[in-house]
Amino acid sequence: MNLSLFIVVPIVTALFALLSPGPAAVRRISLAGVTVQLLLSLALLALYTHQRASGDASPMLFPYRHVWFAALHIDYHVGVDGISVAMILLTAFVMLAAVLVSWRIASMQKEFFVLLLVLSAGAYGFFISLDLFTLFFFLEISVIPKFLLIGIWGSGRKEYSAMKLALMLMGGSALVLVGLLGLYYHSSTPAGHSFEVAGIAATHLSLAVQRTFFPFLFAGFGIFTALFPFHTWVPDGHSSAPTAGSMFLAGISMKLGGYGCIRIALLMPGAAREYSPYIITLAVIAIVYGALATMMQKDLKYINAYSSVSHCGFILMGIGMLTSTAIRGAILQMISHGLMTALFFAAIGMIYDRTHTRAVEKLGGLLKVMPFISTVFVIAGLCSLGLPGLSGFAAEATVFIGSWQRPGASYHLATILACASIVITAVYILRATGQAIMGPLKDPNYGILSDATWNERLAAIVLVSGIIAIGVAPFWLNELIVK
Amino acid sequence: MLLSLRQELVIVIIIFLLLFIKVSAGEVRTKTLLALVNVLLAVNLVLGFFPAADSVLFNGMFHTNAMIVLEKNILNLGTLIVSLMAYDWLKDHPQAPEFYMLLLATLTGFFFMISSGHMLLFYLGLELSTIPLTALSSFDLEKRHSSEAGMKFIISSAFSSALLLFGISLLYGATGTLGFDSLARHLDGSAFQLFAFILILSGFAFKISVVPFHLWTADVYEGSPVTVTAYLSVISKGAVFFIFVQTLYTAFRPMADSWYRIVVVLSVLTMLTGNLFALRQNKFKRLLAFSSVAQSGFILAGITGSSRSGDASVIYFILIYVFSNLGAFGVVSLVSAATGKEDIDDYKGFHKTNPLLAWVMAISLFSLAGIPPTAGFFGKFFLLMAGAGKGNYVFIVIAALNMVISLYYYLRVIKVIFMETQPQPLPKLKIHLMPNIAFIVCLTGILVTGLVGWVYDYIYSLSIGG
Repeated sequence: MNLSLFIVVPIVTALFALLSPGPAAVRRISLAGVTVQLLLSLALLALYTHQRASGDASPMLFPYRHVWFAALHIDYHVGVDGISVAMILLTAFVMLAAVLVSWRIASMQKEFFVLLLVLSAGAYGFFISLDLFTLFFFLEISVIPKFLLIGIWGSGRKEYSAMKLALMLMGGSALVLVGLLGLYYHSSTPAGHSFEVAGIAATHLSLAVQRTFFPFLFAGFGIFTALFPFHTWVPDGHSSAPTAGSMFLAGISMKLGGYGCIRIALLMPGAAREYSPYIITLAVIAIVYGALATMMQKDLKYINAYSSVSHCGFILMGIGMLTSTAIRGAILQMISHGLMTALFFAAIGMIYDRTHTRAVEKLGGLLKVMPFISTVFVIAGLCSLGLPGLSGFAAEATVFIGSWQRPGASYHLATILACASIVITAVYILRATGQAIMGPLKDPNYGILSDATWNERLAAIVLVSGIIAIGVAPFWLNELIVK
Repeated sequence: MLLSLRQELVIVIIIFLLLFIKVSAGEVRTKTLLALVNVLLAVNLVLGFFPAADSVLFNGMFHTNAMIVLEKNILNLGTLIVSLMAYDWLKDHPQAPEFYMLLLATLTGFFFMISSGHMLLFYLGLELSTIPLTALSSFDLEKRHSSEAGMKFIISSAFSSALLLFGISLLYGATGTLGFDSLARHLDGSAFQLFAFILILSGFAFKISVVPFHLWTADVYEGSPVTVTAYLSVISKGAVFFIFVQTLYTAFRPMADSWYRIVVVLSVLTMLTGNLFALRQNKFKRLLAFSSVAQSGFILAGITGSSRSGDASVIYFILIYVFSNLGAFGVVSLVSAATGKEDIDDYKGFHKTNPLLAWVMAISLFSLAGIPPTAGFFGKFFLLMAGAGKGNYVFIVIAALNMVISLYYYLRVIKVIFMETQPQPLPKLKIHLMPNIAFIVCLTGILVTGLVGWVYDYIYSLSIGG
């Protein structure tokens, strides 16, 4: 399969959208484009499993290499393993839902959808890159569209949030850049220095080199995935972004960081082992602090944004533990959290579009007037607190089991602390659900509100089906990642 | 010999042609003249690409090779873009022919400077360009700001020339020669030679607005007509950078260890100062002035590599910088010519009335900030990559963090254009054919130069360095 299609399809869709006559056409073209993306990703899944089943054991499948800057040994080099395929599937699901919930976006439709599609091209490109230069290129592509999405179509303190997000993510990129250059000049392949992942892995970097550059790369990618104390862009960015923007940010963009961290940890195992206590400490702080901070929030989007800090802490903890089960759990958590948080933001967006408030105390009794949206909200909430049968349970349980496998009292303590935070999660999720969804109708004006429209229903169904598929049968995803 | 000098000769022929038209042909309509000049400049650009053998003239005073031809072509391209964008400003200007004569005179100076293999020709070329540039800075004849800019420019230029000459004369005293090749054989890095080098470096630093010799930049950029500012910030600076790299990499190579440390310090100072001052500017031209100071700092980072990839990354970056900076200046120039407004806040709601120009500005600024997929990303990446070749990662960390600072003020402009509104935004502007061509050239350059790998590979194949 030609993996470059994943970059070409969104770009071509964006070009068509750019040249189309009106908002209706833009929407239809975008929907067609993301549908093709989803079909492509399912085809990739089928081809990948087929190839693996037929005994192909090469580390990366469907490789393609094109010499980009011959003088510097920089290649456009792509290929996939199970982790990439899983992340591509996640991106395709979230993108389809994001386009669907943006159906009624009020102004500058053309720019909105074009930026969203460019974002998705960046994410796909990131997940298929086998060359660190290509990877970095796609990582940075995603920063500016997010700035524009939040700043133009956002709400609240949107300009502040957009600027904060752009600068912090750019700071992360700057750290990654330094780390990349360090790896490049210490790598040695037959051709000379190289950014190629396999080439750098084959170099067996000395521990001193790893020790120097691992923190740059890990912290740089960590900023993208809300590594404490660089998580502050998350609450502001997510709560100011338009619905589709929040879905992309929390669902996919934060996973870019997690994916990068995993690749770096596998690339520099020596340094990863040395720094693992620090990573775990920061992750546990993020988990507990994020959960406690969520308890204090009164705005639905802030609740979900802070809980994302907490949930992404599980990803970093899983990576930091370095046992194979824990890393697998981290990947499961990336997928699960991506779907769950996108669903959550979609539901919050639908509620906000109708009630024009996100304050928990002003909402109430929504289940009576909008049963579909309320159910979606509850499903997202239950997934977030780790109800068995939904994806959150499968992912978090795997992280905990994997973490416990790491011997040592302090690692066990960290696992226990992280486990305990689940209780706090239950508190804030159930409280928010109880106040906003259940109970009597607080505002009589809400009585006339309508339930979800077809596009919103479709978006929710796409995401819920993913959550349930992973929750009921986590094994297929597990198999995919392991192989 | 004529073939080696062909790029200079074509420019001189155009100057004389303009002179004859001015003197003989009574009343020529300005618009016709502008069309003619732009066609001539385009022809000049194309002629520059005809291959010619490397050669050395006048006992090594003047030399030319494929890299130097390429550098001159980059300058020709930039001049053409500047000229196309100046259309709205010049079409009502009474002295349009004189503007072009002066402009091309500076270009001739730059050409001789880049081709020089000897300090004397270098100095001659530099001065040949400086004096017409002063006249150009004060070319908004009825504006006081403009004459003030010209005055400031000539005074600071004279000062820097004096430093340069002093340095050159000391160098002659120390080594008994001024040819670049023989200098490389005679230099040994003694304290006296280092002193001469620092004086010469200061002269260079003035021209490329390196801190602490950047103080004239903001004032002159602000006072000069936008077109001239664009020319100063791209062509003039680019040309001096070309010869600066050449002298450092050839004549001063024996002192590489000494100048490496100096250039690193200057680079850090220049980036930081440029960026920090740019943060709080309210006038567009001043913002771009400080941003161009910061960009000089990044270019210096590439120079510190003192390798082939260092040379290549500098030339490559300047090519990209031509497209990006001129794209931004083009929009400012158009707005300024039509409405006279030059503050950043005047651009509130600009996207509503002029969506295309707003995107041209946005893409140019993204390229200046180094955001992919624009070419600026590749330019900055390769500069820092060349700089990292020496293993000084503290320096690279500072440079990388400076990219974050610079992003703030570029995004501030984007914010004003796309996210803020005002009761009376700038009116819808009519874009004439010539500026339109210029914008298309800039955007194509910004979007293609990076993604197409062979541009860099070609420059690398010509580059010099150890």
